[in-house]
Amino acid sequence: MPGEVKVVERPRAESSYVRAAAKGMSITMRHLLSPNKKTQQYPDEKWELAPRTRGTHRMAVHEDGRAKCVACGLCPTVCPVNCIKLVPAEDESGERYAAIYEIDEFRCIFCGYCQEVCPVEAIHLGVHYENAEYSRERWVYDLERLVEQEHDVTALWDPQDPASQ
Amino acid sequence: MNPVTGGAFVLATVGKVVLFFSVLMLAVMLATIFERKVCGFMQDRSGPNRVGPWGLLQVIADGLKNLLKEETMPAQAVRPFFLLAPVLGILPATILFAVIPFASPLPTQWGLVEMIVADVPIGFLYVLAIGSIGVYGVAMGGWASGSKYSLLGGLRGSAQMVSYEVALALSLVPLILLTGDVRAPEIVSMQQTFTAGPATYATWFMFPLLVGLFFFFVSGLAETNRLPFDLPEAEAELITGYHTEYSAMKFSMFMIGEFAHVITVAALVTVFFLGGWDIPFWQGDNIRVLSDGTVIGEPTWWKTLLTLGAFGVKTSLLVLVFVWIRWTLPRFRYDQLMDLGWKFMLEAVTVYILVIAFVILGIEAVGIPAGGWYAFVLFLVNLALAGVLFFAMDRGTLIRGGAKGARPGGGDAAEGQGG
Repeated sequence: MPGEVKVVERPRAESSYVRAAAKGMSITMRHLLSPNKKTQQYPDEKWELAPRTRGTHRMAVHEDGRAKCVACGLCPTVCPVNCIKLVPAEDESGERYAAIYEIDEFRCIFCGYCQEVCPVEAIHLGVHYENAEYSRERWVYDLERLVEQEHDVTALWDPQDPASQ
Repeated sequence: MNPVTGGAFVLATVGKVVLFFSVLMLAVMLATIFERKVCGFMQDRSGPNRVGPWGLLQVIADGLKNLLKEETMPAQAVRPFFLLAPVLGILPATILFAVIPFASPLPTQWGLVEMIVADVPIGFLYVLAIGSIGVYGVAMGGWASGSKYSLLGGLRGSAQMVSYEVALALSLVPLILLTGDVRAPEIVSMQQTFTAGPATYATWFMFPLLVGLFFFFVSGLAETNRLPFDLPEAEAELITGYHTEYSAMKFSMFMIGEFAHVITVAALVTVFFLGGWDIPFWQGDNIRVLSDGTVIGEPTWWKTLLTLGAFGVKTSLLVLVFVWIRWTLPRFRYDQLMDLGWKFMLEAVTVYILVIAFVILGIEAVGIPAGGWYAFVLFLVNLALAGVLFFAMDRGTLIRGGAKGARPGGGDAAEGQGG
């Protein structure tokens, strides 16, 4: 036995096909003629990124071109996904430096802890998002590559609003 | 100047076939980019614009892509019919163009060349006959794919096209009542003004046959399987219906067929209701070739070009309306589609034919000769009928959501299948 179907009667102005169709046609025609198109011509016209955007890393350098990293070991410790590999070394004058410093950007979750924890402001996240590689190996950035990066570094706080309010 | 005969006629016909077919294929290419551009604009996007100026070369890129892609052949498919279906999809739409007059006759040194491939005496009866063949491509493609989605799409397509074929043919009957001739060039001439020769109506038939235009256009939408009648494709339910299993150029041929069909229906509406190649408000382009070979008016080559332009503009505007409707209206439910076809359109068109026949009888009894006044009286009658039609449709329950009687306990679904 078929069940009773409750049918809600709606006013004609709401349920008329003719009126709804006419209204829809006028809306689409208005949009067709409107010069205000929302498309962003992406590769030609890029996003303006916020200063606190967290993207791929960059290593800060001294004036003589050496990486600022002192191989303290805080960033691999704090990294939640273990994407930083650090092997420390010491030079003749007893200064520590990173013999091997590699970040697997494929594994990185861009949390920004490494930048926050760094005592010498050496490792930074960058305001940068256009990355493409042909192999996974290329995604492991070594120290040389981190130094070579040229994009802006991520700001830890907004200079206009230091307290983040 | 007499119409061409003999060898010149054969040469002219071959030339026209080659020319018109190339123009149609070019128009199909432009129609695809046009549709994508218009739909983009309607959605506040800019549409394809990376390939060539304004994205115009996108069609060539798409064509190349389709040519180079892999042709798949489903294991369940019935090979000969699977291969034949795209051809049958594209064929009717293209050969329909043979009876459409594009422009005023072109004078040459060998005689007058009419700008129509085949001026067959059965005129638009040929259109109706060939138009029906379009259903084979859909049904055969759906069945031969060996997929249930395709089969359902094909079945829906054939049921829908057969249903609306009836209304399509009947909506042209008032046109025959008015013109007394089925030849397309004669129908165009009937919509122009002449000082000599047999009487004409001096106005486009969209005025004296306004309601007929509406019925023809709606049935034409259903015939081309475009929204709101694109149930054979229905991505959400049937993937893409009858061409789900097709790939590469075979799929492309279905698409070309669809766009060619759209252009053909637009051209038919132009010829039957919008004065064909007639340029409005200018009597210089009115040229008529009577059946005994006499020519009224002065054909020149520049008039041929101008009228060709007028035909192109009218057809393009109608294609724009097709695209506009497609990107606005949602798809009908299947029972609504069948109800609209069999319970509404068929009856309404039949009543319309009767009314027009009686009005014509009345006008002739009063003694108004064929011409502007004759058309004006018919126009008034049509305005009144259009008012009644839209009043009835507005209050109708056939395509009204949530209304009583629209879905009585699933009984409609069974009825729809029967249609």
